[in-house]
Amino acid sequence: MSFEELKQLIQESFSEAIVAEDELATPKALLVSKDSLHEVCDFLYTNDKTYFDSLSCMTAIDNGVEKSTVEIAYNLYSIPFDIHLMIKVELDRDNPSVVSVSDIWRTADWHEREAFDLVGIHFNNHPDLRRILLPDDWEGHPLRRDYVEQERYHDVKVKY
Amino acid sequence: MSKEQQEILGLKTGEGGIIISKLDDLLNWARLSSLWPVGFGLACCAIEFMSTASSAYDLDRFGVIPRNSPRQADVMIVSGTVTFKMADRVIRLYEQMADPKYVISMGSCANCGGPYWEHGYHVLKGVDRVIPVDVYVPGCPPRPEALIGGFLKLQEKIRTESVLAPKALEKLMKKDVV
Ligand code: SF4
Repeated sequence: MSFEELKQLIQESFSEAIVAEDELATPKALLVSKDSLHEVCDFLYTNDKTYFDSLSCMTAIDNGVEKSTVEIAYNLYSIPFDIHLMIKVELDRDNPSVVSVSDIWRTADWHEREAFDLVGIHFNNHPDLRRILLPDDWEGHPLRRDYVEQERYHDVKVKY
Repeated sequence: MSKEQQEILGLKTGEGGIIISKLDDLLNWARLSSLWPVGFGLACCAIEFMSTASSAYDLDRFGVIPRNSPRQADVMIVSGTVTFKMADRVIRLYEQMADPKYVISMGSCANCGGPYWEHGYHVLKGVDRVIPVDVYVPGCPPRPEALIGGFLKLQEKIRTESVLAPKALEKLMKKDVV
């Protein structure tokens, strides 16, 4: 199934869902609205024409203070049909939150925890949203562009 | 018995099979000949540590046998990047080791933060910020020869130690009596 067909398929069921597209991305990307993310994902997962059964990767990106957005890229792969697709959502940078897709792909569980840990995105309905890499009592989210490391951690100086 | 060992242990009297030595020397000799490290690795440096223990470099010949419990270990090799999360565990392991205990800091990361010194928000900039270090082995990663060199340095250090010398008393005597 081609990118255009995929786009049409989604648009037929969710007319408002697709906000923008990026044909230059690899794989080609669809920007969907935050509110329709879960239904679109669920649709792509269950539909027998697409059957995106694998969430290969999920990445959170901070676009910086000026743009004031963060985005998440979901890299989907359908094993039976051998098709790739990237789904993106853009969120507000202050207090970013989006619904979790970990009930669709278990892979998302840890990926979302990582996005929470490093970029500070909150995932609603996530079963266990804790930090995954940094210690629980760490302050701040290091992959935000305006991150400044804390002075001391457990009484040890953090800077060199 | 090698000539060196004879020197360490003092004179061999021959017939009776009696060796006369200073107790300090005997203890030090025993200690430096069986340096058992806690077997754990933290990053890329641990790979070199592993290959040092392999047959090509044969760390065994110095009496160095990695142990799986800090309770049975004499020396801790901090081989690799110590993150802040790991630092708490390193301290815990160090505290679980029985005295006398020694620490070899292996590689730039453990020495001073290594490649993460500037932007590694999560990396402890030198393991000596949390536990005392006896020998620093430089390199990123240090070659097995360098680690062996570190062990030899540590042996040198242990050779000059004295558990029996009344150091506390000496210190006390040096203080001005008011
Ligand atoms: S010093 Fe170099 S080789 Fe050793 S753990 Fe650090 S980065 Fe890896």
